Amino acid sequence: MKQKTVVTGVIGSDTHIVGNRILSMALEKAGYTTIALGALTPAPDFVKAAVETNADAILVSSLYGQGELDCRGFRDLCVEAGLENILLYVGGNLVVGKRSWEETQRTYLAMGFDRAAPPGTRVETVLDWLERDLAARERGERRATA
Amino acid sequence: MTAALLIDFGSTYTKLRAVDVTSRRILGAGQGPSTVTSDIAIGLRAALADLECRLGSLPQFQYRLASSSAAGGLRMVTVGLVRELTAEAARRAALGAGAKLVGAFAYRLTAGDIDAIRALAPDILLLAGGTDGGNSEVVLANARRIGTSDLSCPIVYAGNRAAAEEAGVLLAGKTVIVAGNVMPEFNVLEIEPARAAIRQVFIDRIVHAKGIDRAAAEFDAVLMPTPAAVLEGARLVADGVDGHPGLGALLVIDPGGATTDVHSVAAGAPAAGVVPQGLPEPRVKRTVEGDLGMRHNAAAIVEAAGLDRIAAESHLEQQRVRELLALIAQDVERLPRADEEFALDDALARAAVRLAVGRHCGTVETVYTVGGPVTVQHGKDLSQVDAVIGTGGAIVSSRDPRGVLMTALADPAEPLSLKPRAPRLLLDTHYLLYACGLLATVEPQAALELALANLRVLDEETPHERARCA
Repeated sequence: MKQKTVVTGVIGSDTHIVGNRILSMALEKAGYTTIALGALTPAPDFVKAAVETNADAILVSSLYGQGELDCRGFRDLCVEAGLENILLYVGGNLVVGKRSWEETQRTYLAMGFDRAAPPGTRVETVLDWLERDLAARERGERRATA
Repeated sequence: MTAALLIDFGSTYTKLRAVDVTSRRILGAGQGPSTVTSDIAIGLRAALADLECRLGSLPQFQYRLASSSAAGGLRMVTVGLVRELTAEAARRAALGAGAKLVGAFAYRLTAGDIDAIRALAPDILLLAGGTDGGNSEVVLANARRIGTSDLSCPIVYAGNRAAAEEAGVLLAGKTVIVAGNVMPEFNVLEIEPARAAIRQVFIDRIVHAKGIDRAAAEFDAVLMPTPAAVLEGARLVADGVDGHPGLGALLVIDPGGATTDVHSVAAGAPAAGVVPQGLPEPRVKRTVEGDLGMRHNAAAIVEAAGLDRIAAESHLEQQRVRELLALIAQDVERLPRADEEFALDDALARAAVRLAVGRHCGTVETVYTVGGPVTVQHGKDLSQVDAVIGTGGAIVSSRDPRGVLMTALADPAEPLSLKPRAPRLLLDTHYLLYACGLLATVEPQAALELALANLRVLDEETPHERARCA
């Protein structure tokens, strides 16, 4: 089977790179070809990178509280670029103010992300999601259950 | 004495430089018309007769090397996937190979695109797309489109390596040369292999296709397109050769009749704390501004710079500028005669250099983040280059070459531009850079010393002066 390719980066005017770098290293170690775009990455750059590298998933980090603004229309950009079926994850400090995680998660899923990771999510959890979701994609399903 | 003859088959003139390799001296220059449309040898013989007339007799030439921009130059079309990524990498490879880029395409080629490419009649098509192991769908779709078309030019394939074989099958019947991917990994630019492949196709096929080899008895080899020879000259002067240092990081500016070329040989890396964005930059980079030409595009220069500015700089009435522009448009080979024409040409050259260098150099912008402001850089930081060299008639025959070259420097009015701050200003008075680029292929050290000895230094005054006045 072809080695899977994933794109990672921190979206928008956000410089918080540490968590994203740890995740990128873990993905690399788990056998994924990882295109790490790093900090301060505009949304279109994720999509362009995914097109050229024929990526299977994009993992977007946002830590600085403006993720919701930055991520708006992300799936649309992917659809526009011919990546209708690419797997999209988002994670970081996505909750702003007094909203609950459930509400925040709903917001991001409605934007077209396949999974949203709350603060404190373990790297192992993400790797597990990715493995099962990519397998589900092979079977023609949107994503794995749970 | 070891003599070398360096030939430039241009679009208007056939130019010669005879040099003594042993003593690093220019022996003389000769010029004839460009006769590529009939028989290129006629113009070359006229140029040789001109040279002989000046030298008394022609020496026995050890080397006879040529570059060419005749018959429309090396016309190229590039095709890539994402416009800012492999399509841009392909563009840079073509420009770096000295090509005249006539069309740049991205994503899937449509039937209309194929018609457009056919109409552009390229000499070479550069096909890129996808990182190695990345997207192969689009580059293969494009190979299929090209394969089933009646395009007959050679194709240099510099796309996803994993799709190269299949692309070769889809392109069966065409001349296909496979080079390394211009972007083997995401955001890694590797344009040298594609450049080398383009150069080889030029030598093996294009020289013959354009009829330049009809004069083959008079020279040893046509080595590269003339812009590539200038770029090689720039690289030589910047880097030097083993044990003989060059001038360091530099910029070469050539405002020509149809376009303005800017070459930089410099890493252009961001200063400490500055975050680079976008595609990595090639150390040896050539850009061509198609709208900034002293003759064919004089009106376009005025449009880009503003009529009021050109009028003010040339001390002419706006109406008079319009009239002179009309004269130039009628006769693009017109050389300035009266004072006011010299004044207008100087203003045009200043504007062309200012705009072309501004586009070639990178920029910085401040992005405000939660952690405070961060400086982001796009393009090359050329603020620290050691030298700026002007070449070509527009600067060399200007009444104020220093004034023209000064417009290449950083301007307090454009604080975000990364133009050179305090370089030495030099003039390629004898139009020798192309010749040294050619000579460097056989006698690098002699070529270097010849070039260094013949660049005229313009910076008697300090380049900071302008900043103080502003």
